[in-house]
Amino acid sequence: MSIGHYLVLSGVLFSIGAAGVFLRKNLITLLLSVEIMLNAVNLAFVAFGRQFGTVDGQIITFFVMTVAAAEAAVGLALVIGLFRHRESLNPEAFTSLKW
Amino acid sequence: MLALIPLLPFAGFLVNATMGKRLPKTVSGGLASVAMLGSFAISVLMVMELAGLAPDARAITQPLYTWFTAGDFELKAALRLDPLSAVMILVITGIGSLIHIYSTAYMHEETDEAFGRFFSYLNLFCFFMLMLVLGSNVLVMFVGWEGVGLCSYLLIGFYYEKKSASDAAKKAFVVNRIGDFAFLLATLLLVVTFNSLDFTTIALAAKEMPVEVTFGTISLITLLMFIGATGKSAQIPLYVWLPDAMEGPTPVSALIHAATMVTAGVYMIGRNAVLFEHAPITLQIVAVVGAATALMAGTIGLVQNDIKRVLAYSTVSQLGYMFLAMGMGAFGAGIFHLMTHAFFKACLFLGSGAVIHALHGEQDIRKMGGLKKHIPITYWTFVIAAVAIAGVPGLAGFFSKDEILFETFLHGHQILWGVGVLTSLLTATYMFRLVHLTFHGEERFGAAAAHGHDAHGHAHQPHPSHLHDAPAPMAFALIVLAIGSVLAGYVGVPHALGGHNNLGAWLEPAFQATNCGQPVTTGELAGIALEDCLPGEQAGAEDHAALELSLMAVSSLVAFAGIGLATFLWLKRKDIPAQMATQFSGVHQLLLNKYYVDEVYDAIIVQPIKVVSQEGLWRGFDVKIVDGAVNGAGYFVSGVSIVLRLLQNGSVKTYAAAIFAGAVTILAYYFWR
Repeated sequence: MSIGHYLVLSGVLFSIGAAGVFLRKNLITLLLSVEIMLNAVNLAFVAFGRQFGTVDGQIITFFVMTVAAAEAAVGLALVIGLFRHRESLNPEAFTSLKW
Repeated sequence: MLALIPLLPFAGFLVNATMGKRLPKTVSGGLASVAMLGSFAISVLMVMELAGLAPDARAITQPLYTWFTAGDFELKAALRLDPLSAVMILVITGIGSLIHIYSTAYMHEETDEAFGRFFSYLNLFCFFMLMLVLGSNVLVMFVGWEGVGLCSYLLIGFYYEKKSASDAAKKAFVVNRIGDFAFLLATLLLVVTFNSLDFTTIALAAKEMPVEVTFGTISLITLLMFIGATGKSAQIPLYVWLPDAMEGPTPVSALIHAATMVTAGVYMIGRNAVLFEHAPITLQIVAVVGAATALMAGTIGLVQNDIKRVLAYSTVSQLGYMFLAMGMGAFGAGIFHLMTHAFFKACLFLGSGAVIHALHGEQDIRKMGGLKKHIPITYWTFVIAAVAIAGVPGLAGFFSKDEILFETFLHGHQILWGVGVLTSLLTATYMFRLVHLTFHGEERFGAAAAHGHDAHGHAHQPHPSHLHDAPAPMAFALIVLAIGSVLAGYVGVPHALGGHNNLGAWLEPAFQATNCGQPVTTGELAGIALEDCLPGEQAGAEDHAALELSLMAVSSLVAFAGIGLATFLWLKRKDIPAQMATQFSGVHQLLLNKYYVDEVYDAIIVQPIKVVSQEGLWRGFDVKIVDGAVNGAGYFVSGVSIVLRLLQNGSVKTYAAAIFAGAVTILAYYFWR
């Protein structure tokens, strides 16, 4: 399997994630979509690592996974806080932070 | 030692300015008076030390510190006592002390706060005045010059709750600023021309320069100085502030607006005698302006009805005499008249203060009369001073005024001499009009005093039977000054009367480094130059004795004629002045309204400035351009932000879209580059 297959899959996953972020109306789904985008990028890193015979791609993937775990924790905490505040998970409900 | 003379009053100022509110009146007034007396004592000691030196070495200098250095220009703050400043410090500290003592009684009705404030200003004034006369260079003099102007402002506006007083103070300050600006220009020109501001250095340098027959740099410098002098010394065209300055307390009028500050201009010309002698054109202007002022103020004084205003115009007139003398190059005569005038005019002002005090604030002489038997001490001292100023032989004014008239005649200015004699007649007339209307004739006060001007308000209801003569401190000052008005002239008895003109000889070195041995180009100057170069004693004594004696006879006759005329008009035939006022109502109105000078100034200077300021600078430049620029910047920013704030709508999704779009754009850029 050539690198092209991996990258196409990665691009498809990333697009799915991005579409989720823009189209879904639930904060938790939004977080899930962000995770999909991150893993699409991870896939591209690993694929390039295998292509060039280095471990750099795998190392950076571990970093991304760590950050993603932290992000999920903080993100879910925020979601809980927001829900307590407004009884809603629709991102359009939280637009008071403007001029 | 020299520095102590101004520092003592300054110390008094500091104490009264910081603690005057809390000190009882006896302490704050006493302290101020003691400071002045101490200063007077040191002055006497220093002048005695000065007199012990050889005549041409009479100068005591005390350097204080180097003020500043700029390139090769160095300015030292230093004090210098020479015969000229010696006369001045004796007048300032001597008469100043008397007026301080007088004020302790005169101001006793004031609150502790106002009393302390009054004496702190008075002491500060003396400090600055002493700096003015003791300064060894133009800039130290200028500091004093500005300082006395400030104190004059503060003291004219002493009753600042009164609109007229604060207006008069502002007027004095603004008019003085015009003159001060000219003085400052002269100072800068001196730096450019001589690269020095030290009086001695300038005099020595100027001595080497030729006398300017045409209008040159020195003429310009001296002319600017003289404009400065017209402001401070109330000459045409800047005299208008002095009559209004009478809004201040009467001791202030006596000290600042008669005896000392207003003579600063005369002193300044004397200080720069060498420069002025090199500028005959300026001297000519000085003489003409002086004579014109003397005559004009004398005529106005003839019809005024406010006791202090009559004296104010008299002061302007007498200052005109001094400038006439200065313009003749007769510096000694001018300073002589300055000194005698300080005595009798201070006495007259303090006497008028005693009258106002007795009448509880009444200043209108039409509401006085017959005060002679009620307040004898004031009456007699006032009359002595009036006789002295009128020029009756034997008293101070006679000697000094005659010296001026004699010098004027001698230098071939018969017209100016005629103006001087006419003014002398006017002086005698208006002074005795004042004496008669105030002290003689029927009593016209009574209930009148009840609604007095209240420049000096008494609490209790006034009644003629409560008239009290000057209390002890006031009487003391009056009597000493009256004695001075008699005796002050004897320091300068002219040669023609067998005297030695001691004052003239004493002052001569101060005006020296003079034009002796100078190439003299015009005939008129030859007269001046020759006079000064002859060794003191016999200068013209033989040749001119007869002339001087006959001129004296003329002016003595004029003085008696003036007194007689006043007695006839305002005591014997009181119907005549009223008749004349109606018959020549045009002239009378003109004089009563002071030649409408204030109105003319208002129309041609004040109103245009107001219009330009309000319509042009305020409503035009300030509102439209300055405010327009400032507000315009604000409007621009808020206009742009109306558009920009649409970007921040608070929706997370929009932000995410923006980030996504940005990332795609950047990637696209690198991809298709």
